[in-house]
Amino acid sequence: MSVKPRIKLDKKEAKKGDLVEVKALVSHIMESGQRKDRDGKTIPRKILNKFTCTVNGKEVFSADFEPAISANPYIQFRFRAQESGPVVLTWIDDDGSKIVGEESIKVN
Amino acid sequence: MKRSFDRRQVLMLGAGAAAIAALGIPGGPAYAKNDYEEVIAKFTGGKTPTPSKVKLDLPEIAENGNTVPMTVSVESPMTPQSHVTDVLVVTDGNPRAGVATFHFSPASGIAEANTRIRLATSQNIIAVAKMNDGSFFTASKAVKVTIGGCGG
Repeated sequence: MSVKPRIKLDKKEAKKGDLVEVKALVSHIMESGQRKDRDGKTIPRKILNKFTCTVNGKEVFSADFEPAISANPYIQFRFRAQESGPVVLTWIDDDGSKIVGEESIKVN
Repeated sequence: MKRSFDRRQVLMLGAGAAAIAALGIPGGPAYAKNDYEEVIAKFTGGKTPTPSKVKLDLPEIAENGNTVPMTVSVESPMTPQSHVTDVLVVTDGNPRAGVATFHFSPASGIAEANTRIRLATSQNIIAVAKMNDGSFFTASKAVKVTIGGCGG
């Protein structure tokens, strides 16, 4: 099942040195591995454990997530605009699969 | 195709869990401590972080422990000479201490992140920031989680 993350940058164009805000929301169950099903068996953990944002190929922000992150994880952060290019957001699932979203930024 | 849970059962389970969490252990603390101190010690390499520079923004009372907005920020010029490299967030009342670790660099421009977290019960949230010079700063915030958040 492929999911499309929702990504919003607060500006499409920025002056060099400006801070650009990124808000991103992705659909995911973020099963904590703590819950039990009806038969008392633990439901296996399945979360997005790693998030990375690169701008023009350079990492500007990343995060490691634990099961205490809510379902449909939301992340908001800022980066300093340096050069124009793609803004790529990547989430990595426990099973190794990836969710990738892309925006772009123009730096004047 | 048989699903093991329908919506009603999930809601009831959630309400039950919240009620149990709210009752706590009679005569004892409201919750058992997890290993958050060890997690912090591992992050700092045994150093004691200074309570300064870090700001944790969470609601004082969370109606729904399943999704509590949290903002963590650290005062820093974020220059190559002086910047925040990592911020660890842990809780002392969840079954597992870890919440998230944020990684910053001078390219981040500002050491600030916002996400939504799960809180099993009323507890303290602790953030520890690691600076590029090897110093550590911390802040904590108590959040009350009320019942009725799930299904109520």
